[in-house]
Amino acid sequence: MTDDNKPVDEHSGLQTTGHSWDGISELNNPLPRWWLYTWYITIGIAVIYMILMPAIPALPGLGTNTPGLRNHSDRDNVSLAISEMQQKRQSDATALLDASLRDIETDRDLQQFALAMGESLFGDNCATCHGAGGRGAKGYPVLADDIWLWDGTLEGIETTLRHGIRHEEDEDTRFSAMPRFGQDGFLTAAQISDLTEYVLHLSDRSDDPEAVERASGNWVAQCSSCHGDQGKGDRTQGAPDLTDADWLFGDSKRDIFDTIYHARNSHMPAWEGRLDDASIKALAVYVHSLGGGE
Amino acid sequence: MVQTHAYNYRDNTSLYLVSGALVFFLSLALLIARYAADQAMEVQSWTFIGLAMAFLLGTIFWASNNADRNPFDEAEYEDTIVKWGVIASVFWGLAGLLVGLIIALQLTFPNIFYFPELGWTNFGRLRPLHTSAVIFAFGGNVLIATSFYVVQRTCRTRLAGGMWPWFVFWGYQIFIVLAATGYLVGVTQSKEYAEPEWYVDWWLTLVWVGYLLVFLGTLWKRKEPHIYVANWFYLSFIVTIAMLHIVNNLSVPVSLTGSKSVQVFAGVQDAMTQWWYGHNAVGFFLTTGFLAIMYYFIPKRVNRPVYSYRLSIVHFWSLIFIYIWAGPHHLHYTALPQWAQTLGMAFSIMLWMPSWGGMINGVMTLSGAWDKLRTDPVVRMMVVSLAFYGMATFEGPLMSVRAVNALSHYTEWGIGHVHSGALGWVGYISFGALYCLAPWLWKRKDLYSNNLVEWHFWISTVGILFYMISMWFAGITEGLMWRAYNEFGFLEYSFVETVEAKHISYMIRALGGGLYFIGAVIMAYNLCRTALGHGEARDEVSATPQNDIHSTLQPAE
Repeated sequence: MTDDNKPVDEHSGLQTTGHSWDGISELNNPLPRWWLYTWYITIGIAVIYMILMPAIPALPGLGTNTPGLRNHSDRDNVSLAISEMQQKRQSDATALLDASLRDIETDRDLQQFALAMGESLFGDNCATCHGAGGRGAKGYPVLADDIWLWDGTLEGIETTLRHGIRHEEDEDTRFSAMPRFGQDGFLTAAQISDLTEYVLHLSDRSDDPEAVERASGNWVAQCSSCHGDQGKGDRTQGAPDLTDADWLFGDSKRDIFDTIYHARNSHMPAWEGRLDDASIKALAVYVHSLGGGE
Repeated sequence: MVQTHAYNYRDNTSLYLVSGALVFFLSLALLIARYAADQAMEVQSWTFIGLAMAFLLGTIFWASNNADRNPFDEAEYEDTIVKWGVIASVFWGLAGLLVGLIIALQLTFPNIFYFPELGWTNFGRLRPLHTSAVIFAFGGNVLIATSFYVVQRTCRTRLAGGMWPWFVFWGYQIFIVLAATGYLVGVTQSKEYAEPEWYVDWWLTLVWVGYLLVFLGTLWKRKEPHIYVANWFYLSFIVTIAMLHIVNNLSVPVSLTGSKSVQVFAGVQDAMTQWWYGHNAVGFFLTTGFLAIMYYFIPKRVNRPVYSYRLSIVHFWSLIFIYIWAGPHHLHYTALPQWAQTLGMAFSIMLWMPSWGGMINGVMTLSGAWDKLRTDPVVRMMVVSLAFYGMATFEGPLMSVRAVNALSHYTEWGIGHVHSGALGWVGYISFGALYCLAPWLWKRKDLYSNNLVEWHFWISTVGILFYMISMWFAGITEGLMWRAYNEFGFLEYSFVETVEAKHISYMIRALGGGLYFIGAVIMAYNLCRTALGHGEARDEVSATPQNDIHSTLQPAE
């Protein structure tokens, strides 16, 4: 196969193809055997796979595609896996729905099931706002302590979960609305500033007794009906205790002023309909167990 | 060889045609700006008007400055445009890598790199800016510049079309700026790697058809009997990208003066079209295009013949035939009918060896010159790029296997895979070509500093390894966490826990990206000093002895 017209590459002793482009010539080594055989093997694997699995479309007489020897279907497999999982959970979920708090606390297996289910649900549905483990954030209550705005019993937590807070699409939602005292012009900024001192004084943090004195009239007229004479709050209205160290929207003078001026009235969605009954019950058990359940 | 004067006749037709086309599109853009249906379209129109005006005025200025000579002289190669291409590549490369570093930091420290008052800095807008900048702005300019250089040298003729190659080059830059500013003001059609809206797509189609015609025209008037292998790869890249771009962007504008359009395909058909496009953008833009670079610059730089002509034929045709069917592997376990998933996986497995053919041919071309791996950092960079190419093209078929994909899909593993290919293969082969081109184009004896190339090489290589390994780790970790069930059949981890688990990996990734960026800055500095003729580059020589078309004519002809 030697062609005298083709130049020989000195290093390899092989002839080039005889062409040269901008000084680049080409040898014509055979295809590496390992390369070629590996390629044949991959083609073999691909063909076998196509025979086993649904593959070739639009062949006459074979429907939409060849079904493959294994008759494999992702959709069937997924429905099967889901129904198996549902069956596995079904008996425990039914038991959970019927159980009282006492039942759950005494039945160790049921309790573990509820907590596992609740933890899983909490991570993907609740932790976004309430933080991992219910540690809370500004505007989003801590669920791991024993301070409750509305209700800390198992049933109470379940009601909150089911109907939400200020979720107006739900008739049974927990509802109360603090007026926007400054924004809507009920009080002047100076009056609100004095009221801020009054609120600070409830937790012994005010250093302006004159302002507290000036605000006492407005406290009685505007605030005490919900927050109580002593500012201890009222759970039936979701009115927080103003005498303790727990502040949902911040404890600084500025934060409290803003709260009175604009009001906060934060919102939690209703989960009924979005989660099934067993899930809501499990979540209630989980939240109840975080540290402050009553 | 006697230089004939016939070559010196100046044909201004293309100059007038390009100017006329610019005037036409400027008028159109003014109309659209006047009647813009939305604010984004108005911003985009004025951006276009500014850029096209600059191009038109530049053309007029350039033409009048060249009144006494023929800027389209067939006796000379068109190298000025390649110089501009090198500059544009370096510029867009730095910009794209910097945006990549910023979004890596946004993911790592979302509480620090978050500026709600500056909406355009949002991750969702910067991410497509990064991908488009590195793929289309950097990669595209490297491809246009090198293809214009290589096709002239290997066909021994000047670029066809007179002024039209300039239209391709500046038209492409206009496309880049329109796309990039569009993302920032919120214009997107939400298709991966195909985010620009209909009017930018139309403009790119026009530019791309121009590119194809310039390339074909140059091949047509070649003075070599055969077409060199690099040009097959360039041509397959240009033709296929045209096809992919047009089909995937079929859409109906809501208004001819508005920025929004509606896709022609819907549902799973749209998804399949998108990933047929997305996969083959990787195949024909980032693979065959850069293999073309490899097929010219490696044998040229090491001064050895290409290892096997036969292998180049077999792997070229098998690569382009098989690649085009593998797109469905991006849609495993989705609504895509399962038979299509089977075919996508089967073709991906068969694709492994055809991909490796290019690596073998490139690496084996060094036989007889292995010492250059030690002595020439530019050669080392290009050979290491082939190693990354080989790794990424093995990893790809592996990830296309459905059982592997069940773990790897949607995780950081995909990001790691893409970047080992992008940083290692596309980046390094491009840097190698740029390091070759700068002294050749500016006629310098050597690069300003080969030591700086060493620094670039090692810093970037460590960067790539940090990037790749951290993303493998993060991807497999989160993949396993997503599928972990507890004994009661509930998910073990919430989504946010899987995000938290990646924090350290994200830091290492950002560090890797930062190192890679530093390497690119070193390269930019080195190339600047080379062009300016400093250091080792100070002697002006004709580094490529065959710069004049006529001196290269073979005695036999």
